[in-house]
Amino acid sequence: MAATTNGTGARVLEVTDLDTRFSTPDGEVHAVNSVSFGIDEGESVGVVGESGSGKTQIFLSIMGLLAKNGGASGSVRYRGQEILGLPARELNKIRGVTMSMIFQDPMTSLNPFLRISKQMTEVLVEHKGMTEDQARARGIELLDRVGIPGAKARFDLYPHEFSGGMRQRVMIAMALLCEPDLLIADEPTTALDVTIQAQILELMADLKRDFRTAIIMITHDLGVVAGLCDRVMVMYAGRVVEKGAVRDIYYRPQHPYSLGLLSSMPRLDQAGATQLNTIPGQPPNLQALPEGCAYQDRCPFVFDACRIDEPGLHRIEAGREKACHLEALPDRRAGAPDASSEAASSQTAVQEGQP
Amino acid sequence: MTGPILSVHGLKVHFDIRVGGILAGRYQPLKAVDGVSFELQPGETLGIVGESGCGKSTLGRAVLQLIPPTDGKVVWLGEDLAHLNAEALRAKRQEMQIIFQDPLASLNPRMTIGEIISEPLRTFEPGIGKAAMKARVKDMMAKVGLLPQMINRYPHEFSGGQCQRIGIARAMVLGPKLIICDEPVSALDVSIQAQIINLLMRLQQEFGLSLLFISHDLSVVRHISHRIMVLYLGKIMEIADRASIYAAPRHPYTRALISAVPIPDPDKERNKRRVVLQGDLPSPMAPPSGCVFRTRCPKASELCAKETPPLEEDGSGDSHLIACHHWRE
Repeated sequence: MAATTNGTGARVLEVTDLDTRFSTPDGEVHAVNSVSFGIDEGESVGVVGESGSGKTQIFLSIMGLLAKNGGASGSVRYRGQEILGLPARELNKIRGVTMSMIFQDPMTSLNPFLRISKQMTEVLVEHKGMTEDQARARGIELLDRVGIPGAKARFDLYPHEFSGGMRQRVMIAMALLCEPDLLIADEPTTALDVTIQAQILELMADLKRDFRTAIIMITHDLGVVAGLCDRVMVMYAGRVVEKGAVRDIYYRPQHPYSLGLLSSMPRLDQAGATQLNTIPGQPPNLQALPEGCAYQDRCPFVFDACRIDEPGLHRIEAGREKACHLEALPDRRAGAPDASSEAASSQTAVQEGQP
Repeated sequence: MTGPILSVHGLKVHFDIRVGGILAGRYQPLKAVDGVSFELQPGETLGIVGESGCGKSTLGRAVLQLIPPTDGKVVWLGEDLAHLNAEALRAKRQEMQIIFQDPLASLNPRMTIGEIISEPLRTFEPGIGKAAMKARVKDMMAKVGLLPQMINRYPHEFSGGQCQRIGIARAMVLGPKLIICDEPVSALDVSIQAQIINLLMRLQQEFGLSLLFISHDLSVVRHISHRIMVLYLGKIMEIADRASIYAAPRHPYTRALISAVPIPDPDKERNKRRVVLQGDLPSPMAPPSGCVFRTRCPKASELCAKETPPLEEDGSGDSHLIACHHWRE
């Protein structure tokens, strides 16, 4: 699973068999199940899936930011060093310094009581031993770099004085302060308008090109991944169901869920058909997963084996893995059974509503 | 066709916003919707797109008179809604309904699904018997893909997609002619979004509904709409048929919007020509002079600062309207 990337080969992060569990009053929830992947310098990996698929929890586990009732096991190596389970004091030497994460909602990630200048210089003084003046100069330089007009004049403003798109840029500038070699972006553009999203994506592409920053893009928007990422990992019910090069997966999806996601998106480059293909039903409850494959109830290709054995992630070709019992899917354009779309979907919705 | 079901002329919604200190404060108008005109045919879907703050939701609410318009006319089946008193207006509301973005927040958590969907019936048809009402509710639940025996459950027992189906059933139960859909699928996952879009399109066909479909997602709007209106700071930039606006967008703002939408196709997405707009939407409290888009427009000239471009036909004869001094270039 490691090999084959178009990076330089210098591995930044290697995750092996990561499991994340939460204990809740209703029992244990397995949010992430034996997830493995790696990312090289200058590479970008997309992580896609619907809400509740565990895509964010993988990275909160890696960053040591899980909620109190959560626990992670497995191995996470940052440049060869094991970081899973490190005490906060040790972890702080890495996170925010060489490994940064940005979140969907910039307003909840910025402290509303502190000026941007304070929030940006603190890190540099703390981690890099800069003087206040040096830190200010560097902070302004970065705001300028992420495209905030009049950065110098705006440096001492409070977060609420910036617009949504600007706040997201401030967040990115903060994530870049210590020149991280890994940037984890969790739905960074979901709350933004498309025109602002385009600006932010352009900025991320620049970072990847100019500084060889490794970028992990967590998103539900397959279009965002298509433009920015080299490889993609598709998540369903806390499991990786398919991973490989972006072009391979987009043009020849081999897991029924990847196929379903790609064909249920209305597309700007295609005239509206009368009906969209849909994935019937809804994402499963992680606490009541069926025996066998987690996707069985929504899968148009389901057969006996799917109800008995959970398919493991296995290699299907160079740099490509999937977790599905089917040998191969029919060609995408040749058309999967579209499950007669609406009728089938409402049928399943109905069934799932039953006690 | 027998003529428009809804026609809107020069609609304006201005909010008075207090600016300045407590003592020296004064009011300044925020022009959320500023002179919007359009017509909607029976059975037609008009998509309304634009960035947040462009006035698209305000426009939808002003059509329903949920927000009183400052100026302009909303003519519903030949009758100007502004001249109706509260009671007559309420009667009209049977024919015009709305569904909202946040499916759970728009349902009362203390009411059962049956009570929620039957509330419009109890308001407008008080004489209806219990049994008849229940039959109507169950019938509607089945039509939107909900199991009728779930009638006694509460909203929290349902997923987001199902809650949106409940919202749609409530809007549909009186047999309206128009539904205003205010970002109805933005809060839903991709796979659920497709189900709801298909449901709306099927209901439209079955009942001949007209839809005003408000969304920031140009891909969804392209899929569902017959015609599309592009709003910017409360003004129409361009309005045209789906085919013509996506194949040949004329206004620089429409072009930028369309080119900014990521396409889930790696080769197309990487090779497409992008018009990346600089900067943010200006404050609607202090819109630019002349053309409101000029501060971010790649084609802006001196003329744009001086004169507001009129909304005019492109001459193709298929009522493609553009508000730009330079669209021919």
